[in-house]
Amino acid sequence: MSELSHRAPTDWKTDAMQKRIRKRYRAERRFRAIGMAAVVISASFLFFLLATMIGNGAAGFMRTEVSLPIDFKSAPLEIDRAQLATRGADLALAGAGLEDRVKTAATAAFGAKGEDLIAGNAWTAVRDAIKEDPNLLSQSAHIWVPASSELDAAADGGGEPEFRALVQQLRERGALQSGFNAAFLSRADSTDPTSVGIWGALKGSILTMLVTLLIAFPIGVLSAVYLEEYAPKNRWTDLIEVSINNLAAVPSIIFGLLGLAVFLGTLGLPRSAPLVGGLTLALMIMPVIVIAGRNAIKAVPPSIRDAALGIGASRIQVVFHHVIPLALPGILTGTIIGMARALGETAPLLLIGMRAFIVTPPGGVFDPATVLPVQIFLWSDEVSRGFIEKTSAAIIVLLAFLLAMNALAIYLRNKFETRW
Amino acid sequence: MTAVMTQSDIAEAADTVAAQAVTKMSARGVNVFYGEKQAIRDVSIDVDMDHVTAFIGPSGCGKSTFLRTLNRMNDTVASARVEGEITLDGENIYDKSMDVVQLRARVGMVFQKPNPFPKSIYENVAYGPRIHGLARAKGDMDQIVERSLKRAGLWDEVKDRLQDSGTALSGGQQQRLCIARAIAVDPEVILMDEPCSALDPIATAKIEELIHELRGRYAIVIVTHNMQQAARVSQRTAFFHLGTLVEYGETDQIFTAPRQERTKDYITGRYG
Amino acid sequence: MNPYALLFLVAGLGVIAWLTGRARAARFGAASKHRLHSLPGQHGLYVAMWTVIPTLIFVIAWGIITPSLATDAVLKAPQAFELPAFGYERDAILNEVRARAAGADFGFYPLSELLAPVYAQASRFYGWLGTGIALLLAFAGGAFAYTRVKADFRARTRVERSVMLALLVASLIAILTTLGIFLSLLFESLRFFSMVPITDFLFGTLWSPQVIDPADPGATLGAVPLFWGTFFIGAVIAMLVAIPFGLMSAIYLTQYARPAVRQWMKPLLEILAGVPTVVYGYFAALTVGPAIRDVAVSLGFTYASSESALAAGLVMGVMIIPFVSSMADDSIAAVPRAMRDGSLAMGATTSETIRKVLLPAALPGVVAGVLLAVSRAIGETMIVVMAASGAANITLNPMESATTVTKQIVDLLTGEAEFDSPKTLAAFALGLTLFMITFLLNIVALRVVKKYREAYE
Repeated sequence: MSELSHRAPTDWKTDAMQKRIRKRYRAERRFRAIGMAAVVISASFLFFLLATMIGNGAAGFMRTEVSLPIDFKSAPLEIDRAQLATRGADLALAGAGLEDRVKTAATAAFGAKGEDLIAGNAWTAVRDAIKEDPNLLSQSAHIWVPASSELDAAADGGGEPEFRALVQQLRERGALQSGFNAAFLSRADSTDPTSVGIWGALKGSILTMLVTLLIAFPIGVLSAVYLEEYAPKNRWTDLIEVSINNLAAVPSIIFGLLGLAVFLGTLGLPRSAPLVGGLTLALMIMPVIVIAGRNAIKAVPPSIRDAALGIGASRIQVVFHHVIPLALPGILTGTIIGMARALGETAPLLLIGMRAFIVTPPGGVFDPATVLPVQIFLWSDEVSRGFIEKTSAAIIVLLAFLLAMNALAIYLRNKFETRW
Repeated sequence: MTAVMTQSDIAEAADTVAAQAVTKMSARGVNVFYGEKQAIRDVSIDVDMDHVTAFIGPSGCGKSTFLRTLNRMNDTVASARVEGEITLDGENIYDKSMDVVQLRARVGMVFQKPNPFPKSIYENVAYGPRIHGLARAKGDMDQIVERSLKRAGLWDEVKDRLQDSGTALSGGQQQRLCIARAIAVDPEVILMDEPCSALDPIATAKIEELIHELRGRYAIVIVTHNMQQAARVSQRTAFFHLGTLVEYGETDQIFTAPRQERTKDYITGRYG
Repeated sequence: MNPYALLFLVAGLGVIAWLTGRARAARFGAASKHRLHSLPGQHGLYVAMWTVIPTLIFVIAWGIITPSLATDAVLKAPQAFELPAFGYERDAILNEVRARAAGADFGFYPLSELLAPVYAQASRFYGWLGTGIALLLAFAGGAFAYTRVKADFRARTRVERSVMLALLVASLIAILTTLGIFLSLLFESLRFFSMVPITDFLFGTLWSPQVIDPADPGATLGAVPLFWGTFFIGAVIAMLVAIPFGLMSAIYLTQYARPAVRQWMKPLLEILAGVPTVVYGYFAALTVGPAIRDVAVSLGFTYASSESALAAGLVMGVMIIPFVSSMADDSIAAVPRAMRDGSLAMGATTSETIRKVLLPAALPGVVAGVLLAVSRAIGETMIVVMAASGAANITLNPMESATTVTKQIVDLLTGEAEFDSPKTLAAFALGLTLFMITFLLNIVALRVVKKYREAYE
């Protein structure tokens, strides 16, 4: 006791004290620097990832083409011109040996290794040109055909030395050009990286998303309405709430197992169809929509409900005429975020069989299909340079879609957020 | 609008009372429970046509709760339970055969804080008639809206901007819009739960004037914590305290010669 | 009949029902003096619902059972004698029969060519039968409802009650899904455990599903290496990345950063969570894995895989950063300002305040965030599938390869294994284990938040 009353006031000026204070400030600066470094490094992870993808993938959108001289005048093709206007044109041209003709033309133009310079399906470019202008069959012309993947790699600066030399030669002759690879977006999968396209996967993704939306949105919104407006406060309602909150955190692969066991096994639905994929993903994102919906409905003030009830609207009318329209922006934002998540999902769809090599795009929701993330996964096994470019390009397309969806969600949220 | 009753006002009130009164709604032995707690104890009262009945009392005495039993708004509270008999034109409104939706159209309500829908002025008024199917032909709805807004004293101010949002109006205008909305479904009784407590004095005066005009067409019940307002607008007054109806009678009698001690204490401001 | 055409027809009948019901109600309404209980449109809806809903239910149910009925017809045909006994081949032939009947013109089995016409004919027959019954139901339902439309009929109440029912059913789907997940996993796992003793699975240390000895399948299906790999990659390496970065980011953004910086930095970090995991996996396999191997080799590690646990764990950690930082951010921001001010007013520096006052106060929320992040990490699939290999090691060396539960589930279910083999069923057992562990983590996390948050209010 006496010590306390006789204690001298703290002397802040002593050396020891000053040293201590300086040390504390140093620690403060270090701590702050660590914090800032953490944020900066985390952000740079993101930028590094994006930069790598864009760097690799930009080349995937470009395609190298070779100008191939082909002479039909001196060596005409054995074909009935009338067939060219019909639907059997492709078959007719193939049957007339167009593929071999193109190969010999390449050898004639570029030497013994000529065939290695053009892509395996280069003849289809010639075929398409002939279909467009049948008069080519009586002429000698130069037709732009896709280059082989080795030549393509060399044109971008990599590849083997002999191909790089050839690139130099061809460029000098004006026989080489690079252009936007529109075929990437309009063609489906193939084994040759230069002719591969994402349309098949894109269409599969669109169909699957459609099924997902048509199932998850009504169920999610109606569940949210029921839980917020009508459910009595008893054990059953609690159980439903707990189920929904937990479902939102279940790993996505478990939904794949569910889809495999129930949709494919018990119900016998067609394997790898967008219908099954959509059903599986719908179950996965439904909790997201329910939770977003409930929050949006909770935000509608009770005075609006009272006013409507006071006029004599029934409870259903109050909900459908007043509450849902006011909660709609929040519900839509949640739905878009859920759909963005579904678009990027891969694991559950692998389990239900969407991993086959699909060459023709799906016609409907019952046909076998694949989706864009799975297509990226399947291509990632290929190590050739051509496929790395294409895979990265496909990733860019996927990220672009996701960016658009998230931007839409943020726009909706900012525009329609009403402060009550 | 004076705050003190003049001689001519009192005389006028007496005349009105002397005229034949038609009972529109009557309550007998009403008890209201919220779970275990009893909020209203054995209340019996009549609401007459062409009269304004005021419910007064200190806060928490149950006047709003009782008001809400008259249009079954208490149904929306899960733990509320109503016992006793409340009739509208002789029919028990708590009977199973009574359609609550039609009841609320016949007994309209205006709330304390104006709550227009976030729709246009036209749509706010048209909503009620639309869901109840009151407009048979196309031009009917326009007529209903115009009539309701005129009766609510709002038509001249908004007739050129019916498509503007209802929430863009001033507080007083919003409340008159809510009254127009209630009128549009052709009610027989209008319940008002402290309709002026969120408004400024000028808006309040306008609403009181409106009540005066509406009295000729509807039975009006108004809950108010402002005694002077009760004295100004009503012909009958009911004083509630701690969930019971302490005294009910002609307004001028309640305010000049209350029979109950508690009424006198409240009127003279000993508690509030 | 084409199913789409039938649905269109039923929809059309529904519209007609609505119009007639409404007209009838309007006639009543014009004649009556009182206000109608329900609007004519609601009467119309009532009639339409009775027309459409029973029919729709029938059409869906019929559509589900028709393939079995048609298959039965095929099995009764004389050519069916040549079908092999129950098994994989029999199912394949029957599948081909169905495919041919739908229009495919190529198949492996000649028998399917013979049986396809039988199937197609039976299919057509049942199709027309179903259509007839459906139309009958539609008219019967509509007529029944039509006769009930009267002036005092409470159509609106009926319609609204059905809407309520629909709402309830929608909510039940959520609980049904949870139940469905649990039951299907349980069912298949029980089948697995009838073949493989549960102790072998849970405690066995050799995982080699390619070589399963039919006499003792449990010997090569010991899941301990998988549990270890999942734990090592997801709960250790990934967390060693995510927790420091996530926590320090949250601290910086809540305590030090200017509001403008915080406003766009926070969403930027959230984007990390929005990048699809397949992209992360590709990045890990393409860039990070080889880079780590090169660095390791140059540092003197003799054996470093390009599919190292470190590569997968690192990328997974980056993906998880927003989960940790988001929860930590919310918890720190929720600490009452008075506490912070009190500490600062005593002369403490900001870092001392954070370390000694704010973090301990926000700790429950941070812990919950970490638990949820761990739950997310161990359930992650694509990053591991693409960046790690299938080598089931129990190793402490992050440069070596390890595998996880999720990757094995994918591997086990790829390929043409029969549905009943221990290999395929093992996937379900793994799934059940994963489900229960993440479920537990989530519940603990939520409980921690709930219990300690109340200490404030």
